[in-house]
This record gives sequence, structure tokens and C-alpha cells, in this order.
Amino acid sequence: MQALTQRSKIVSNKKMTFLERIYLPAILGGVVITIKHMFQRSATVRYPEKEREFSEIYRGQHVLKRDDNGAERCTACGLCAVSCPAEAITMVAEERKKGEEKLYREEKYAATYEINMLRCIFCGLCEEACPKEAIFLTDRIVVTDYGRDSFIYGKDKLVEPIDQRVDVSKRQTKEVLEFKKQKQLTHNK
Amino acid sequence: MMSIFIFKVILVVAVFAISLFMAAYSTYAERKVAAFMQDRIGPDRAGPFGLLQPLADGLKLFMKEEIIPTISNKFLFVLGPCLFMITALMTGAVIPWGDTLTFGGVSYALQITDINIGILYVFGVVSIGVYGIMIGGWASNNKFSLLGAIRASAQMISYEIAMGFSIIALVMMTGTLSLKEISVFQGGGVDGHWNFWNVVYQPFSFLIFIICAFAECNRAPFDLPECETELVGGYHTEFSSMKLGLYLFAEYINMFISSAIISTLFFGGYNFPFMHDLGLDANMITILGTVALFTKIVFFIFFFMWIRWTIPRFRYDQLMNLGWKGLLPLSILNLVITGAVILYFNK
Repeated sequence: MQALTQRSKIVSNKKMTFLERIYLPAILGGVVITIKHMFQRSATVRYPEKEREFSEIYRGQHVLKRDDNGAERCTACGLCAVSCPAEAITMVAEERKKGEEKLYREEKYAATYEINMLRCIFCGLCEEACPKEAIFLTDRIVVTDYGRDSFIYGKDKLVEPIDQRVDVSKRQTKEVLEFKKQKQLTHNK
Repeated sequence: MMSIFIFKVILVVAVFAISLFMAAYSTYAERKVAAFMQDRIGPDRAGPFGLLQPLADGLKLFMKEEIIPTISNKFLFVLGPCLFMITALMTGAVIPWGDTLTFGGVSYALQITDINIGILYVFGVVSIGVYGIMIGGWASNNKFSLLGAIRASAQMISYEIAMGFSIIALVMMTGTLSLKEISVFQGGGVDGHWNFWNVVYQPFSFLIFIICAFAECNRAPFDLPECETELVGGYHTEFSSMKLGLYLFAEYINMFISSAIISTLFFGGYNFPFMHDLGLDANMITILGTVALFTKIVFFIFFFMWIRWTIPRFRYDQLMNLGWKGLLPLSILNLVITGAVILYFNK
């Protein structure tokens, strides 16, 4: 039979020599290794004081984007909830009333939109499914807490504030940016 | 007379306090050494460099709920940790922590009591320590505890023999059981004499002694009585709160005391090289000697930790093999050779 890798070793059951049996040379070798490590730089990052640099496409806490005029992009189509493998997303849709054009971009919007951060696996499929570029994962970390209830994030935590826009340009791939240039599509109007 | 009495009381309290202090900071040092050897930082949140960590740990243990299992033997359950702690603290009484200090014509020996059977006393007290583990493990009425306790007692008994034999070789050489006299025997530069540390004359004895000391302290690689992977927590599985604290603490005190005994028996105790050639005041030499002793002790505590974080645990049969078939014959051989050499040179 052909070997799967070249790394396999033939096991031998040979008797240990005297030096091996008294352990001391081996222990001496081990002791030298550990003392060397005493003077090596530790790999620890003291987290709350110092944050490591995140990957450009880090998938952290979600954000519900607004469009350039400040209206919510989400139309409560439910595709994100359908695509979610962890079933973390729930929403209630509502029709836009007169006078709310400034608040919501299209005729339908999400009255409640909840993500259970304990169920979420941060796979990013919701973001991929969203036809309106409303939901994105960001490089923010979901903060820890003692209770479970506080991990269900509603619109108050998910929708970006108008004056504090969340930059998601890094999460938009080349294909998406290329697609957005095609102005004849209704999506990009 | 009265001043000596007061001095002794102060010394007893001081040794007690220092033992506890060393034990507390050994826990901190253990975690730091482990961290450094594994390229980590270790505890650094409580105080500067985490120096208040032992206090935080102690407070945590005090605040924990105290659980005594209903099916346990309550009296023995409480007695176990107490006994272990008492025996751990008792050994400090015969160790010479320094030479004599002289104030106003009265000389004060920095040793609580210099009994002429010092080593024998230490061995006696240490072997009582086994009862602390055995009683605690048995009284818990728990299989894991009992197994841990049995392992501990079997291990301590089998390693005590080799340890004793290795010491007999040393005693034959020095001709005394008193730890003070053994220390003096290793003093450098008395009347132009050059005495070396005992480790120079008895390297094998030292090797056997330190291996047995690891086993006696239940330290890695011989920490079978409490090996987490097999026995949950070993003999202290059922213990909680400060009773667990006493067990853990006593173990570190044991480590401190064994380091002190190793330093005294083999590494010159409170003597340091050139101590009489520097032309220092006698009191100054005593103080420096105590500092030297503590430096040695700290080194050996570090050595204990160093070994712990280097070597994996022995299997139980390997442990017994090493003890009975390896160390015991070797120590007897060492004894015979020492005897022959002494006989040859004295004639």
C-alpha cells in the first residue's frame, strides 16, 4: 500500500540503553529547553489594554446600515433570517406610513430586528444573502455579559447611528464594488 | 536567661511567619515560573506584577463555601488537613537558619532548638505528615480520594527508605545527626581549613536525596497522589474552602522546608564561600549567612518548579520501579562505598 505521507515513522520496540533508563540525560535536555524558554518573549497580548490588529475581513458584531440620506436600508425581506445557519435572526416587518420616507428607504421596513449573539456563529451568510446591502459584519467585538437576555441585540444596538457611521468598505469585495458601478440596476439607483 | 526565652519566642513566630510567607509566595512564583517557561506572562492583575495574587487567592479560599460531605467521617475530615499543616510547620524547628548573633555579651543562636538528633526528628515528623494525607483521603469516603491517599502513603514510605539510606552515608561522614553541626562541618575557612560543601563529597547521596525529596513533597514528576488526569484532585478531591487551602499551603511549606534541608545538608547551610576571609564582623557574617541560606532555599524552590514544568508525570509502576529497584540499591551501594572510603582513610 502506498503511504499517505512521508512523515510516518516505523515504530521500534527496542530496549532502552542504560543512559536512557536512568532518565537523567533526557531530564537535563528538558531542563535546558525550559530554561531557554524562560528568557524568550512571551506571546501574550494584554487584551483590554492592548488590542491586536484585526484582519481586514474580521467578522464581528453586525451593523444595519443606513443609506446616504440616513434612511434604513433594511426592507425586512427575511433573506438573512432564512440564510442564517444558526437561526439567530428574527424580525417583524411593517409597512412604511406617510411621512416616514426620511426614516426608511423603501415601502417596507423591519419594525423589530433581533440577532441572538449567543446563537450567531459569525459566518457572514446574512451579509451575503442581503440584497439591499443593509447588514454587514464589522470588526467590533460583541462584549461579554453575565446574563443571556442582554445578548439579544435589537435595532437599538444594530442600526448605525446617523452621526456615527460604521465603515464597512473593507468588507465589500471587488465583485461587489464592480457590481455597484452598474447604475442601470434598480439595486444601485 | 529571660532574654533568650523572649528571643526564642520571637524566633518561633518569625519562622512560622516566614514559612507561611514563603509558601504563599511560592504559589505566586509557581504560576509565574510556569508562565515564563511556557512563554506566557502569568498572573499580573492583582497589584504590580500580580504581587498581591497570594492575598487574593487566600481571600478567595476563605470566602468559599465550606462543604463537608454527609457520608464522610467529620472528625477525621477536619483532622486530616490540620495534621498535614502542623507536621509541615513543625520541621522548621530544628533547621539552623543562621549562626549566632551576639548582643551585649549574650549570644543568640538563630535556630529554635539544636537537638542532637535533628535529621531523625525531621524524618519522624515528615513521616507523620503521611497520616494527614491518609486520614484526609480516607475520611472523604470517596474512591478518588482513597486512591490518592493510598498512592501518597505508598509513595512516601517507599521513597523514605532510599532517602534515609542516602542520609546515612552523609551522617557516617560527618559523624553527627545535628543539623547545626552538619552546617558547621561545611563552614569555609575555619583556622585556615578548607571544608567543602557536602555535595562535593556525596554527589550520589545528593542526587538520591533530591529525587526522594520530590517524591516526598508529592511534586512533579512524582505528583501521582493528586494527578488531575486520573484522580480528579487526588486525596483532596472532597475538600473545599480553607481546608483545601491548608492542604495546598502545607505542600508548599513542605517544599520550602525540603529546600532548606537540602541546602543545610548538602550546600553548606548558612555558610558561604570566603565567609571568614573577608574580615567582617561576626554578627555581619551571621546576617549574610542567613541571606545566603535563603538564596539557596529560593534557588531550590525554583529548581522544584523548574523540574515540575519540564518533566511529565511518572506512571505508577515506573515510580515504584524507580524507588525500589533503582534508588534503594543505589543508595545502599553509596553507603557501602562511603563506608569503605572512610575506613581506608582513617587507617
